[in-house]
Amino acid sequence: MSTTDGPTLIPDAKAEQDAITRESNRTTRGGFFAPLADRWNRLSRPQQWVFLLIVVAIAYALPVLNPPLITSEPGNDWPITCLQMAIFALVAVGLNVVVGYAGLLDLGYVAFFAVGSYTAAMFTSPDSPYLHIPYLWTLPVAMAVAMFFGVLLGVPTLRLRGDYLAIVTLGFGEIVRILATIIPAMKGQVGFQNVGHPPGTAADGHPIFSNSNGTPWYWLTITVLIVILLLAGNLERSRVGRAWVAIREDEDAAEIMGVPTFKYKVWAFAIGAGIGGLSGALSAGATGFINNQKFDVQTSILFLAAVVLGGSGNKVGAILGGAVVAYLPLRFTAIADYKYLIFGVVLVVLMIFRAKGLLPARQRLLAYGKVTYARVAARSRAEPPSTAGTKIEGTAQ
Amino acid sequence: MSISPEAGADLTSHGPTELAELDIAPEVAEGAAPEREISVGVGDNIMEVKNLTVKFGGLVALDDVSFNIKRGEILGLIGPNGAGKTTCFNAMTGVYKPTSGQVLLEGESLGGRQQHKITRLGLARTFQNIRLFGEMTALENVVVGLDARHGTSVLGALFRVPRHRREERTAIERGMALLEFVGIAENAAVLSRNLSYGHQRRLEIARALATDPKVLCLDEPAAGFNPAEKEELMTLIRAIRSDGYTVLLIEHDMKLVMGVTDRIVVLEFGKKLADGLPAEIRNDPRVVAAYLGEPEDDAA
Repeated sequence: MSTTDGPTLIPDAKAEQDAITRESNRTTRGGFFAPLADRWNRLSRPQQWVFLLIVVAIAYALPVLNPPLITSEPGNDWPITCLQMAIFALVAVGLNVVVGYAGLLDLGYVAFFAVGSYTAAMFTSPDSPYLHIPYLWTLPVAMAVAMFFGVLLGVPTLRLRGDYLAIVTLGFGEIVRILATIIPAMKGQVGFQNVGHPPGTAADGHPIFSNSNGTPWYWLTITVLIVILLLAGNLERSRVGRAWVAIREDEDAAEIMGVPTFKYKVWAFAIGAGIGGLSGALSAGATGFINNQKFDVQTSILFLAAVVLGGSGNKVGAILGGAVVAYLPLRFTAIADYKYLIFGVVLVVLMIFRAKGLLPARQRLLAYGKVTYARVAARSRAEPPSTAGTKIEGTAQ
Repeated sequence: MSISPEAGADLTSHGPTELAELDIAPEVAEGAAPEREISVGVGDNIMEVKNLTVKFGGLVALDDVSFNIKRGEILGLIGPNGAGKTTCFNAMTGVYKPTSGQVLLEGESLGGRQQHKITRLGLARTFQNIRLFGEMTALENVVVGLDARHGTSVLGALFRVPRHRREERTAIERGMALLEFVGIAENAAVLSRNLSYGHQRRLEIARALATDPKVLCLDEPAAGFNPAEKEELMTLIRAIRSDGYTVLLIEHDMKLVMGVTDRIVVLEFGKKLADGLPAEIRNDPRVVAAYLGEPEDDAA
């Protein structure tokens, strides 16, 4: 999703045919989204951009369009539903850095969301006796504070692996929630009212970013989301992304190949935490009220479910997963009480039939990989390699 | 065929390097690792293992083993099963912490260093049981190795600073050159877990070479190979040496060890049994008793 990838060779008819043959010979599990992904990869760069622009335009227009059948009304306000979807998508993109890229199972991600929410609330709410700053400034501040907590949690715990790390992060999530309950300054269940919002007043005298109107908040959130996506894409196609995936694949081998694994794990935690904090601050501003009730373990698990459902490791998948997890209970209010049961069943079914999530796209880890792979593919077409039948993955990226 | 002159001159005297056999252009790897700076002269000790002892509880896995690796040579480390070859290897590369003794690379002690720093000092290895990054393409695997020499920071990558772009471009060129060198360039875009077994072994070597090592350690690179593949591997190892790399080879296959190494260290029961030229080792009665007494077919 970067503008700076080199030009893609426009495939000729033969290349097209080869690609189709190759795809039809694939041995891996197909799926309902796989043909879509392949078609996407065969588009030329300008075509992809046109397509992306259309998708972005639709995304921005979504709360205004209020499409029938899809809409969550009358049960829930549609723009607010859109906002929830966008916030969950942002959370999922952040958690995807930790879980999807670096393979670190984090069961307490809600803690960073909480840190971001409380940072925004305590710097803007009239209930807070401390320094007050404009709301928009709390976004970077919340990010920085959450990153600090990410490092604080990461440095002592990232020497642990797998299950042990998961347990410690689970504990951390609870610690933050309990601290919010017992520290008087954080006001426990009473919470903070009237969390700040961006400036601007509409014609009728009400603020543009009011808590009852989700649309402007939604636009703000997806703008943030797009920026984060571009930056995350930059990281993915760099030594940082490669280090993360190498750690996920084989941590010892990565270390022996010269990857400072500890450093990159802490970075993954910090960056994930930063995005979590950012989404927490957005959520606190949009809702206008926070207390200690929202940040429980279930929410952590829901975040994780969003990442796994969408396709762990794929940021587009994470967005999809986050949106789905937020959307379903709001659309089908009748099932909202059973949402954990339903997500549980869905995840089990998904793990059986689609163990890699809805959109299991592989990460692209080289900034200029596409051109190189195209060149390799072109060369091996010119002189067929000895390993006929081996899949060329480069064209399927 | 531009063979690094000093390495060739010193070592062709012993060691069966039929240079004419090399069908891989060495300049490819020179293009892949042009900035190697080695302070040690050819033939001097580049790596010293001094009184290395490793104990697991009461078990002495490695007992006071000392040997040197000379710059530009292919040193074989052999011994019967359980002799401590892999333990020695792991203690040298920092996977195990030696109970006593030390390992010096160009005079610098490797003890107590983090593994990725040891790699950056110039010691690279492959794994007996292949350990590639399965979900990465062959080229990406190699570029992970190349990243060991890169200096882009996380922020630099985030905002795509010029240094990042430059390193990414050269990494792809070098990575492709290395894949070309080990002979799997046409599979650059294939996920490494989908590569054939032989290609995976070659990719491991390419990935280790990508870290620009001074000493390359190969842990049983021929395991599971048929004779033809072993022959190709010998050619590759010689080509690696001709490029000025020093190679430490752990191997079971006596034919391969005798055919490719310049010098051999024999371990038995965690102790060094012998150290010498392949011909001497072959005729050493202690070695024969310990290891080569069996028919060669069984040893292989």
